[in-house]
Amino acid sequence: MSKPAVFEAARRPGGGIPALSGGLGGARSRTAKEAAIGGLLFGSGAVSILTTVGIIVVLVWESLAFFRRVSVSEFLTGTVWTPLFVPQHFGVLPLLVGSVLVSIIAALIAIPLGLGSAIYLSEFSPERLRRFLKPVLEILAGVPSVVYGYFALTFVTPLLRPLIPGLQLFNALSAGIVVGIMVLPLIASLSEDAMNAVPRGLRQGAYALGATKFEVATRVVTPAALSGIVASFVLAISRAIGETMAVVLAAGMTPNLTLDVRQSIQTLTAYIVQVSLGDTPFGSIEYQSIFAVGLLLFAVTLGMNVFGRWFLKRYREEYA
Amino acid sequence: MSAGRYSLEAPAALVARRRRGKVFQYLCLAATLTGVVTLVVLLADVLIEGVAWLTPTFFTEFPSRIPARAGIKSALYGTVWLVGLCALIAFPLGVAAAVWLEEYAKKGWLQTVIQTNIANLAGVPSIVYGILGLAVFVRWMVAFTGGRSVISGALTLSLLVLPILIIASQEAIRAVPGSIREASYGLGATRWQTVRHHVLPNAMPGILTGTILALSRAIGETAPLIMIGALTFIAFVPDGPRDQFTVLSIQIYNWASRPQADFQHLAAAAILVLLVMLLSMNALAIWLRNRYRRER
Repeated sequence: MSKPAVFEAARRPGGGIPALSGGLGGARSRTAKEAAIGGLLFGSGAVSILTTVGIIVVLVWESLAFFRRVSVSEFLTGTVWTPLFVPQHFGVLPLLVGSVLVSIIAALIAIPLGLGSAIYLSEFSPERLRRFLKPVLEILAGVPSVVYGYFALTFVTPLLRPLIPGLQLFNALSAGIVVGIMVLPLIASLSEDAMNAVPRGLRQGAYALGATKFEVATRVVTPAALSGIVASFVLAISRAIGETMAVVLAAGMTPNLTLDVRQSIQTLTAYIVQVSLGDTPFGSIEYQSIFAVGLLLFAVTLGMNVFGRWFLKRYREEYA
Repeated sequence: MSAGRYSLEAPAALVARRRRGKVFQYLCLAATLTGVVTLVVLLADVLIEGVAWLTPTFFTEFPSRIPARAGIKSALYGTVWLVGLCALIAFPLGVAAAVWLEEYAKKGWLQTVIQTNIANLAGVPSIVYGILGLAVFVRWMVAFTGGRSVISGALTLSLLVLPILIIASQEAIRAVPGSIREASYGLGATRWQTVRHHVLPNAMPGILTGTILALSRAIGETAPLIMIGALTFIAFVPDGPRDQFTVLSIQIYNWASRPQADFQHLAAAAILVLLVMLLSMNALAIWLRNRYRRER
């Protein structure tokens, strides 16, 4: 190959000096190989898009079949949910209220404890203690949901029953408590990240003005990290709504429209599990109903996630 | 000694402010310790309830109606099959997607859409993946998957853990210094050669850590597998990816949901096995991460 030709090859996109790159294939096949690999990699990235499209198509498709039999307004405003026995009623409110009830209890537990943990870890904790606490919180987050369910049923409920008269064996309270413990590490870690992102200069400025550590933590760092903190709350509550096994084991399978936390309830997720545990034939209305409930669950959690992320972006202070 | 003109004592208001700060600090510490204490209580509870049931036969017997004869053999095999297949499917897909997003994709709408989409998928409840798996892998692709089979479960869980794996891999790839890429390009390497020989080897400890954490999520998942029908009473071990199966977490659910005390003990014993698997995976991930940190 003449000298100019070598330079010509090197100038082509993806080209190089053939002698150095093995020679045999030459620059053209190397470019083709590069393009093929690029395509494969993109294909892998596109799997995530296919997943989302798949979820939406499946949920909407089967839900459409369901809504040909049950009107949307009956589904969304009905107060009785008895799909598994006659007469069938498909009012989703008992399930929705059940999910919301468990999430509120979980939030009441997880928000103060999670935020307290985040403030402690980011503002007060000695480095050595922090190095111990962080992995413990990670393990707490990694304990499977079914284990929390077992814990709620065999430990939390028996512990609470002597203290709370009328507490049923299956109840919303124990389920909410363990779900709160489950999402606590999420709030702690996301909020701590947000607090760590607050520049040291802001803290030092406050100290220079005579603020105590408490005042710096509550009046400087927390407000400055607020968007991250609120986003962590929203994401945690969304996680709580989607929580399944702990709720199935601890709260039971009774679709009650109630705000009494001592009673057994059923959440959106628990209903889906209940149906798939039974031998429900494909195409029956019971089978289709899990897609309608799933669509509602997906819409609620996706809405909260999108809102949480948007809030984080919209209200984040830029400290560059 | 007479008192000086200026007191070295802090004024009362400052003392009060400092005391309030101390109280607040201890409240925050208490909040943090609540999580720690709960974990300790949970572990102690499971240990006390279950350890006596961890006999050798517990590992070699199939589930049974008679608690004393029940074991987790089919669940253990099923779990290993499931996680193995899940790793084979999710690891290449996840790393490839991360490489595309970090090294190949041009900044633009397509990359933004995929990135946002992955972030949102990470927040989708696991049971929704179960619904997807039921409709797509169990029903539509029945000719390929054999219906309610290990491969259907592995595909479902792969989609579930992909967002975690991709995000972790992206972080690992992003942490590789740009100078390494520039040096590689400077020597005439192509983009793929740079990725293959320089970026990926450097990012691999981080990618492996992320993969282990993603798989440990898969090990504990229960709801999506119930959806796709991982049967709870299975007295055989799977021979191939198209066989029916059960897993530890489902066996735990099955036992925990029965009223008899003996089954609760069995559930606790199975939880111990599951937690030991999870904790050793976590320990491996932490070890990998620390080793990597020290080397840099």
